[in-house]
Amino acid sequence: MSDAVTHEHHHDAHDHKPTGMGRWLFSTNHKDIGTMYLVFALIMFFVGGAMALVVRAELFQPGLQYVDPQFFNSMTTMHALIMIFGVVMPAGVGLANWMVPMMIGAPDMALPRMNNMSFWILPFAFAMLLGTFFMEGGAPAGGWTMYPPLITQLGDGFPFLIFTVHFLGISSIMGAINIIATVFNMRAPGMGFMQLPLFVWTWIITAFLLIASMPVLAGAVTMLLTDKYFGTSFFIAAGGGDPVMFQHIFWFFGHPEVYILILPAFGIVSQIIPTFARKPLFGYVSMVYATAAIAFLSFFVWAHHMFTVGMPLAGELFFMYATMSIAVPTGVKIFNWIATMWRGAMTFETPMLFALAFVFLFSIGGFSGLMLGITPADFQYHDTYFVVAHFHYVLVTGAIFALMAGAYFWLPKWTGHMYDEKLGKIHFWISVISVNVLFFPQHFVGLAGMPRRIPDYSVQFTEWNMISSVGGFVFGLSQLLFLWVVIKCVRGGREATEEVWEGARGLEWTLPSPPPFHTFTTPPQVDEAVAHS
Amino acid sequence: MSNSHDTYFIPAPSSWPVVGSLALFIAFCGGAVALNGFEYGSHILLLGFVVIAQMFFFWFKDVIVESLKGVYNNQVDISFRWGMAWFIFSEVMFFAAFFGALFYARIYSVPWLGGAGTGAATNEFLWPAFDYTWPLLATPDMTVEGIASKFTAIKDVIPAFGIPAINTVILLSSGATVTFAHWSLKKNRRAGLCWWLFATVALGFLFVGLQAAEYVHAYKDLGLTLNSGIYGSTFFMLTGFHGFHVTMGAIMLTVILLRSIQGHFNKERHFAFEAVAWYWHFVDVVWLGLFIFVYWL
Repeated sequence: MSDAVTHEHHHDAHDHKPTGMGRWLFSTNHKDIGTMYLVFALIMFFVGGAMALVVRAELFQPGLQYVDPQFFNSMTTMHALIMIFGVVMPAGVGLANWMVPMMIGAPDMALPRMNNMSFWILPFAFAMLLGTFFMEGGAPAGGWTMYPPLITQLGDGFPFLIFTVHFLGISSIMGAINIIATVFNMRAPGMGFMQLPLFVWTWIITAFLLIASMPVLAGAVTMLLTDKYFGTSFFIAAGGGDPVMFQHIFWFFGHPEVYILILPAFGIVSQIIPTFARKPLFGYVSMVYATAAIAFLSFFVWAHHMFTVGMPLAGELFFMYATMSIAVPTGVKIFNWIATMWRGAMTFETPMLFALAFVFLFSIGGFSGLMLGITPADFQYHDTYFVVAHFHYVLVTGAIFALMAGAYFWLPKWTGHMYDEKLGKIHFWISVISVNVLFFPQHFVGLAGMPRRIPDYSVQFTEWNMISSVGGFVFGLSQLLFLWVVIKCVRGGREATEEVWEGARGLEWTLPSPPPFHTFTTPPQVDEAVAHS
Repeated sequence: MSNSHDTYFIPAPSSWPVVGSLALFIAFCGGAVALNGFEYGSHILLLGFVVIAQMFFFWFKDVIVESLKGVYNNQVDISFRWGMAWFIFSEVMFFAAFFGALFYARIYSVPWLGGAGTGAATNEFLWPAFDYTWPLLATPDMTVEGIASKFTAIKDVIPAFGIPAINTVILLSSGATVTFAHWSLKKNRRAGLCWWLFATVALGFLFVGLQAAEYVHAYKDLGLTLNSGIYGSTFFMLTGFHGFHVTMGAIMLTVILLRSIQGHFNKERHFAFEAVAWYWHFVDVVWLGLFIFVYWL
């Protein structure tokens, strides 16, 4: 293939595509790479989801039923690692790959070959991570946060876990660099920064978060590796180190990471709500600044994940107030979404339903986050199921619901067919009901003192756990319906128009559905009407 | 891509990205099984490195060929600039993790182990005889009579104003010589470009050599190793990753030197040179941080 690059490649057919396996393996096309990211994320969604169902099956009753505690811990750990690094992040990057060039009027990503490497790292990295199940000592079981000294007691899987994190970090950093270069450098003439669709804005800011935080995680896990194999004592008190130091370094990455997961979701919702309310986004400029403020503040709140670990009082107070302050820009965003809908001509197609559920349920997750941010209250809530309920509200009904909304919103654009609206609505209603049955009771058992990451529990928690498990299985299985809707939509359906949705504004909706393999090979003319929705 | 040549450059499909992913996979798996004690693990690791090296060689060859053919327009040049700039920023953040560990150890964890701060009972119950000093020559567990320490005691540390000071001068000088090379390039003086670049490469490798000599001295004479507690950990991880980056930078400069000899650059278009020069200044600045906070203060 090396010399193919040097050949002149003039093709008269505007829609020429490479064929066979090479089209995917050697791709330099943002649409194909975006598709690969999205398909990968969908596959991993079911892998990680199956692990969650093992957890919910075991927790259906107190006592040990189906799996031994070590395997249970592997399930919680791997579920988290897969859902974060294998589902939400790749799905976000996949959407960015597909949509950002079309939204800014660019022919492709700025660095297409690096783009392909960003993707192709993922299957290899997850082969390494999932391979640990078959190794001496099993898969990682010390929690996705990898706290020492527990995590260093992992068997042969340990170096694979560390190198997987390095590997995924390389992928994320390259992806982020590509997005920044694309948006900074490839915008069509007339597309200024303040004309960018909000999805693009949230992705630029996410990309900065990735570049600033992923290398820190790489450093932290490198120290774990050298502590175990090369005699260093970063996290060993006998040598002058401190296990708590790992937590500080990890969460310096970890808190920006949660905004890496949610900011693209904010962007998706900010595209969808104006479309179905048939009004421009309320407070566009304040949305941009609120997103930037959230990202900036995310670097100064990390220790709220470790209030109970032992910190000077000044630290506890600083991190509490800094955490609280993030509620302000987040509130601005929620307000703007609601104000966008105010007196809008709303219709409730599936993307809008998911976006509305996002606004409502993400806010619940945000409020429980505020509760956790109160230091003295957190002493009570820490490491209970309340925390589990909190972050599943922001990640499942937050990030995942927004990704679902985005998938329904853009599927007609990608495939050229409308998805089955009836099935989509059934998927939404089953999901939104079951997900609340799944996670809402976890608030109650958490506040009552049920600890997380334990396969057994005290009998008084039984009823709510049973209800939660029933919700979990309904939610999990109902996602197969989503898979069916996607497959059905790819295979056929009513033809989609260019605009797809009546209220859709923006460059991507001026292209045919599906868009040709190469789009905007000459820059489009951007006028105010299409600048942003 | 019928009419894209007037406005945009999009590369044709390329096998090197997926080869690169596979190569990293081989290297990571080889490293992992080697750490798990598999006797051929290091061979797999080496194979991975060989594939990575050839991937870099051929990928950059493609880029250089494209560049020389003039298919890159200004926009591609700017994309490369953004890419390199943010790559360097990611490297800065990688070093920040290790500087963070150093500052945390010096400001918090080691003083707490020595009994400072409120509520730090570790000192009282585990190592009452341990006091905070920096450089930390004896680890907390060495203060307990009758129990063998897991760590090696340090006889002495490397003084700042010896080899490290010389290395500072070397690296700062190399920052100047690479700038002189750039000035020559901008005046289209190829001989000046090549000689100043050669000087930069030589200074770079001289730095690495002196650093290696310092490591031998530390291990053989001073008892300063990766295994000598938090001082050795932070010392070797910071200077080691920096030394690795200097080595990479010097190899990159060597490639640029060879390309300069070939006449690949002109005064308008030479982003490859500039990218490597940026990288070189980055390792320079990191070194200043190391010299001040690891060796000196």
